[in-house]
Amino acid sequence: MKNRLTLKDHFRESRLVNDRLIFSAIFTGVLFAIIFARLAILQVVEYEHFKTLSHNNRVDIQPLPPQRGLIYDRNGVVLAENIPTFSLELTPESVHSVDSILTTLAELFSLSSDDVAEIKKTISEQRGFSQVVIRKSLTEKEVALFSVNQHKLTGVDVVARLIRHYPHGALFAHTIGYVGRLNERDQKSVDRKEYRGTLQIGKTGVEKEYENLLHGKVGYRHIETNVQGRTIRELTREPSNPGQELFLHLDINLQKVASEVLADYNGAIVALELKTGGVLAMVSKPDFNPNSFVSGISSKEYNLLRDSADRPLFDRSIRGHYPPASTLKPFVALAGLESGLIKSNSKTFCPGWYKLPGHDHRYRCWKTHGHGIVGLKESLAQSCDVYFYDLANSMGIDQLHGFLDLFGFGHLTGIDVPSESAGLSPSKEWKVKAKNQVWYPGETLISGIGQGFNQTTPIQLAQATAILAMRGEHIKPKVARAIRAHNADELTLLSGESAESLPVINKKHWESVVDSMVEVTKGRRGTARLLGKTLPFNVAGKTGTAQVFGIKQNQKYDVETLEKKLQDHALFVGFAPAENPEFVIVVVAENGGSGSKVAAPMAKKMIEQYFGLVAND
Amino acid sequence: MINSSSSYKTGPERWSLTLVLRAFHIDALLLFLLLVILVAGLMILYSASDQNISLIVRQLVRVGTAFLVLILLANIHPDRLRDLAYWIYGVGLLLLILVLMVGDEGKGAQRWLNLGIVRFQPSELMKLAVPLLVAAYIAERPLPSSFLRIAVCLSMVFIPSLLISKQPDLGTALLIVISGLLVIFLSGVSWKFIISFLISVASALPILWYVMHDYQKQRVLTFLNPESDPLGAGYHIIQSKIAIGSGGLSGRGWLEGTQSNLAFLPERSTDFIFSVIGEEFGLIGVGMLLFLYLAIASRGLYIASQAQSSFARLLAGSISLTFLVGVIVNVGMVTGLLPVVGVPLPLISYGGTSMVTLLASFGILMSIHTHRRMMGS
Repeated sequence: MKNRLTLKDHFRESRLVNDRLIFSAIFTGVLFAIIFARLAILQVVEYEHFKTLSHNNRVDIQPLPPQRGLIYDRNGVVLAENIPTFSLELTPESVHSVDSILTTLAELFSLSSDDVAEIKKTISEQRGFSQVVIRKSLTEKEVALFSVNQHKLTGVDVVARLIRHYPHGALFAHTIGYVGRLNERDQKSVDRKEYRGTLQIGKTGVEKEYENLLHGKVGYRHIETNVQGRTIRELTREPSNPGQELFLHLDINLQKVASEVLADYNGAIVALELKTGGVLAMVSKPDFNPNSFVSGISSKEYNLLRDSADRPLFDRSIRGHYPPASTLKPFVALAGLESGLIKSNSKTFCPGWYKLPGHDHRYRCWKTHGHGIVGLKESLAQSCDVYFYDLANSMGIDQLHGFLDLFGFGHLTGIDVPSESAGLSPSKEWKVKAKNQVWYPGETLISGIGQGFNQTTPIQLAQATAILAMRGEHIKPKVARAIRAHNADELTLLSGESAESLPVINKKHWESVVDSMVEVTKGRRGTARLLGKTLPFNVAGKTGTAQVFGIKQNQKYDVETLEKKLQDHALFVGFAPAENPEFVIVVVAENGGSGSKVAAPMAKKMIEQYFGLVAND
Repeated sequence: MINSSSSYKTGPERWSLTLVLRAFHIDALLLFLLLVILVAGLMILYSASDQNISLIVRQLVRVGTAFLVLILLANIHPDRLRDLAYWIYGVGLLLLILVLMVGDEGKGAQRWLNLGIVRFQPSELMKLAVPLLVAAYIAERPLPSSFLRIAVCLSMVFIPSLLISKQPDLGTALLIVISGLLVIFLSGVSWKFIISFLISVASALPILWYVMHDYQKQRVLTFLNPESDPLGAGYHIIQSKIAIGSGGLSGRGWLEGTQSNLAFLPERSTDFIFSVIGEEFGLIGVGMLLFLYLAIASRGLYIASQAQSSFARLLAGSISLTFLVGVIVNVGMVTGLLPVVGVPLPLISYGGTSMVTLLASFGILMSIHTHRRMMGS
C-alpha cells in the first residue's frame, strides 16, 4: 500500500524536489558570486593597500598586560606589590617542534624531566598565541646564557615581567591571599580579551575578591619584527591601564602583634574597628608563604602544605569551626533578660552540677564544688555553667536559636574575603533535617553554654561581639576600605551596605550584660581579671574554654595526661572601652587549654597595641 | 533489482579504465574532479606547511584511506544505506554521548574517542548520519511531509548538533544543522513553514541574549566583531586579509607567499589555508579553485536530479549543497565576511577524519548514480 502510494506520487515528488534543487543551486550560486566579488575587491581593488601592508608585515601585535593594583594597609604600608623579574618564555605557535626546542632548553637550563612534563601539560591546556613560562626569576647568568644561544631558540624569549610579591610574606597569607597562574578553568570565567598577556589571577583572599578592580585594562602595541619574530622597534602603542589600588582597613602593626601573640598556637585572631566595621587584624595560624604560589608552586611544596595535619592553607579566621563555649553566654544571658525569664538580679544555686527533672545525668559545672548562689553578674564573671543550664532549659532551644540568629550565629557575615563558612547554630528543625533525629532536652543545656552542636567561626564571633558592643547596631566586617586609580590623589571609599539594627531591646538589658562582661575583666573573681588590671578604661570581655574531647561522667579533665590535640580550645571575645566601644577583639587558640590563662592575655596585648598603651621595656 | 554492472556486459570485452570504473561503481567525472582538487590541495599544503614532507605523507595516507572508504560506499546500494540509517545514527549518537563523558581533549575541546590505534571523531560520523536518517525518514511517506514528521526531523537534526556544540565544535555542529535542514528544505516543505521557522528562530535570539552571562555576551560580541580583539580572532582575520589581498590578480607564485613563510598567518595549513592559496595564486587561482568546487557540486546536483527515489534525490542534494556551504563558510570566514567558526576548506585543509567523511559522502553520490535501474532492463 505504502509502496503504491509513493510510486503513484513519484513523478510529482521528483518535480517538487527538483524545483527545490534548482532554487538551492541558484541561491548558492549567488553566494559564490558574492564571495568571488569579495575576493576581487581584496585582490584587485584593494591590492595596493594590502600589498603595502604585506610588505610592511613584519608588524606584530603584542598585548601589554596591565599592572596589577597595589594593596596597602590603613597606614599606607604596601602589602602586595609588583616586582620585575626576567622569565624564560615559549610561544608554542612560533616553534616548529615543541619537543626538540624543549630538549634544547632542558640541556641549557638543566630542566628536570618533571619540569618538561609540566611545561608540556601547560602548553596543551593553553589556548593559541600565549606564552608559556619555562623558567621564572632568571639569574643574570641565565639571561646571558640565553643571549648566547638565541639563534637556536626561535620562539623562545626572555621577558621582563612584573610579578606579584608579598613583602610581608606569611603575615597576611590568608586574608590578602595570593595570585597564581591563570589556567584553563579561570579562562572560562573571565573576559579572555582582558587577560591577554596576563599570566596571573587572584586565587584566594582579597586578591580574588577584588580581582575585577585590581586587574586593570589590557593594552596593545604594534612592533616591527625580523624574520625570526624578534622585535626591532615599536610602532604604535595603546597603553594598558593599571588596576585600582586597594586600601585595606588592616593595620600592619596590629596584625604583627596578633601573629606574635598567637605564637605557635594554631588558631585565629580577629580585631574589628567598630566605627566602620573594618577588619584591623585577621590572623590564621599556622600560615604559609604566599610568594610560593605566585609563579606556580612546585608540587612537592604544595603537597607538603596540603597534607600537613595542621592545615596551614586553611583560613581559620573565616572558615574554622569552633564551639563558642562560654563566649556564647553573654548572648544567652541577653536572650534570658529579653524574654523575661531572668532579671538582672535573679539568683540560682550552683552546687557544681545540674540535673534535668526526672533524669539522673549530671551536667557538670566547670567548678567541681560549685559557685554557690549566683546572679547574672557572678555567673558571667565566673562563667558558671549551672546558671546557664537552668536558663537554657527554661528558654528552650527554639527561642535560643531565634535569638542567636539576630547576632548572625549560623549565618555568613558577608565579609569581603571569599569562601567564608557559616558555622552552625542548632535548632530542632536543623537536627531533624541534618541527622533525622529528635532534639533531646539535654542538648538544649549544652547549647546554652556554647558546646554541643554549636559551631562558630572567629569572624562570626567578632561580628556578634561587635553587635553587642554597639548595643544592637548591625556591623558587617569588611577588609577593604577604599580604592584609588593609579596615580590619582583621591581615595574612593568603598561603601558597605548598612543592615538593619536589631529589633531589641530594653536598653537596660544591654547594660546589664555589658556590666557583667566588665566584671569578667575587672571583678575580684572574673575569669579574665588580669586583663583589666592595668588598663585605663573598662574592657568588656568573656573567656571561653571549648571542649574538644568528651569527658565521661565522674572522670576528671587532666591536662597532664591529655594529648595536646585533645586539649581544650582557649577563646576570648571582648570590646573596649566598655561604655563607648571602639575596638572588638576575638582570640581562638586551639588546644590552648584555658580561655582565661591563654586567650585573655593575647587579647590584652592586642588592646594595648590598638590604644597605644604598649609599655616600653 | 538488477545490479547495474551486469547491464554493461554488452560493451567491448576488453579491460579498459572505463570498465574498471564501472565495475567498482565509480563515477568517472566526479573522480576526475576530485583528483584534480586533491592534487592541487597537496601542493598548497606543501607550501602552507613550510614544505613539510612528513605532513604531506600523513595527508596522503589519509587521502588513500578516504578513497578506500569512498569505493566501499560506492558499492553499497543506496537502499541498503537507507535500511541502515537508523543504526548508523543511533551508534553515532551513543558515541557522541560517550565522547562528552570520556573523550580525549585536544586544544581545549573534547572531540576525540581514543580507540587504541586511531583517534576518532564521532561528530564526523554524524555529518553523514544526520542527512542519511532525515532523508530516509522523510522519504518513507509521500512528500511534502506533515508538520509532525518535520518536527521529528528537526529533533533528529538538533539533538546531535547540540551535543557537538557542547564539545565545543561550533563549525561541525553548524554544518550538520545545515545538512539536515537542507534535506527538509529539499523535501518540499511549504514556504509558509520555512518563513515561520526563520521568524521563530530570530525571535528566540533576544531571549537567549537575556539569559547569558556578561562574559558570554562579551564573547559573542568579539565573535561578531573580531577586530575588537586584535590578538585573538581579529588577528587571524587581519593577517588573512593581508595575505589574500597581497596576492593580487596572479599571485606571488607557489612557495613564494611571504605571509605564510613569515608565520604571520595562523592555522595556515588547516582552517586558513585558503589565504595561502589567495596569496600564492591570486584571484585567477582562487577563481579556478572556486570553479572546481562549483563543478563538483554541479555534478552532485546533476546526480541528485537523476536519482530514482526521493530518498536518493534528497540525500544527494543535501550532500552536494552542504559541500558548497562548507566552501562558502570557510572562504567567507577567511575573507572577513563571516565570523570565525572553525570550518575547514573541504578537500584541502589538513586534517584526518573530515577528509574521510567528505570522500565517503562522494562515495554515496557515486553509489546513487551507478546503482540506477537501467531503462528497459
